[in-house]
Amino acid sequence: MCNVCGCGTGTVEGQDHDHAHHHHHDHDHAHGDLHFGHGPAGVEVAGMSQERLIEIETDILSKNDRYAAANRARLAALGAFAINLVSSPGSGKTTLLCRTIEALGAQPLAVIEGDQQTANDADRIRATGAQAVQVNTGKGCHLDGHMVGHAMEHLEIAPASLLFIENVGNLVCPAAFDLGEDCKVAILSVTEGEDKPLKYPDMFTASRLALLNKVDLAPYCDVDLDLYEANLRRVNPGLEVIRVSARTGEGMQSWLNWLEGALLRKSARTAAE
Amino acid sequence: MHEMSLVEGIRRVIEDQARAHEFTRVKVLRVEIGRFACVEKPALEFAFDVVMRGSVAEGATLEMIDLAGRAMCYDCVAEVEIAERLSPCPDCGGGRLMPVAGDEMRIKDMEVI
Repeated sequence: MCNVCGCGTGTVEGQDHDHAHHHHHDHDHAHGDLHFGHGPAGVEVAGMSQERLIEIETDILSKNDRYAAANRARLAALGAFAINLVSSPGSGKTTLLCRTIEALGAQPLAVIEGDQQTANDADRIRATGAQAVQVNTGKGCHLDGHMVGHAMEHLEIAPASLLFIENVGNLVCPAAFDLGEDCKVAILSVTEGEDKPLKYPDMFTASRLALLNKVDLAPYCDVDLDLYEANLRRVNPGLEVIRVSARTGEGMQSWLNWLEGALLRKSARTAAE
Repeated sequence: MHEMSLVEGIRRVIEDQARAHEFTRVKVLRVEIGRFACVEKPALEFAFDVVMRGSVAEGATLEMIDLAGRAMCYDCVAEVEIAERLSPCPDCGGGRLMPVAGDEMRIKDMEVI
């Protein structure tokens, strides 16, 4: 890129750039003008610093994305399948996860628990016999790739295992932060209202699967489960939906089958490489 | 949502660039924000002023460029531009739209001295 006029898209050059290429600029500017003397100095002088335009074209979250990519590479090498569980607070994530872990039996797995405060959830997971590490974000409203990378160091992630990352209960921010997971799974409970996907579309758009939880409570909440599904698919037409109740066990087998299929595909991919 | 942490990310990028390209002051920073990005622009502006204090970008102007929201319509299988996240397809009126662009949060360029 030319430091003076900002034209071109090449690499950025430093202050000691001496313009030895004489700035012919005989390439075709889209606007038809050549403008060498429009900088603040009004003229270009070899070796002199003046205002420059530096093209960056970097995602604001690029640093997070690099951590996430490193996490993803570690998981790919192990053939482990990572799920980023996202939902609002109180949707029943931890209960659903505890029931899932119990049902998975001998399947190797690990859990990363994200909350602003307390180790309550990791304690609940560990009570099932599974290994879990709690990440407290303090004031933070989401887990990020860096936190998850450190959390993974505290876990023994076995080949062909499942890694559940229970994100901070929040339907907004976690949508934007890649953790290195294979997919996001959103949990939406029937007590939250059918319009939640419309009010907070990003999280459901970013997810591959939605678990519509607490369906045993549907008769008491005057809710329309079909409307829940319609609204979920309105914000994400490709979304898979499974209706479950962690309390009664309804739908849990479909969820377990989904997990098993996802893990098999991931492990097969790793074995093939 | 988390504008403060976004701006902290911007500051890290600026500091890396300042070392690499040896500039001492940022006059203008341009960012591209998609229509569907989880960014509240006034909050980003406020956080920018606060977080850049003491850096080479203290007092810099933050220019935000809007990028259009685009989605794939599952009914007419066309890529269309939509103004709001839940807008229907402008071509067929369908309501099953999957966003394909508009969630960008990108530092485009900066004017430096």
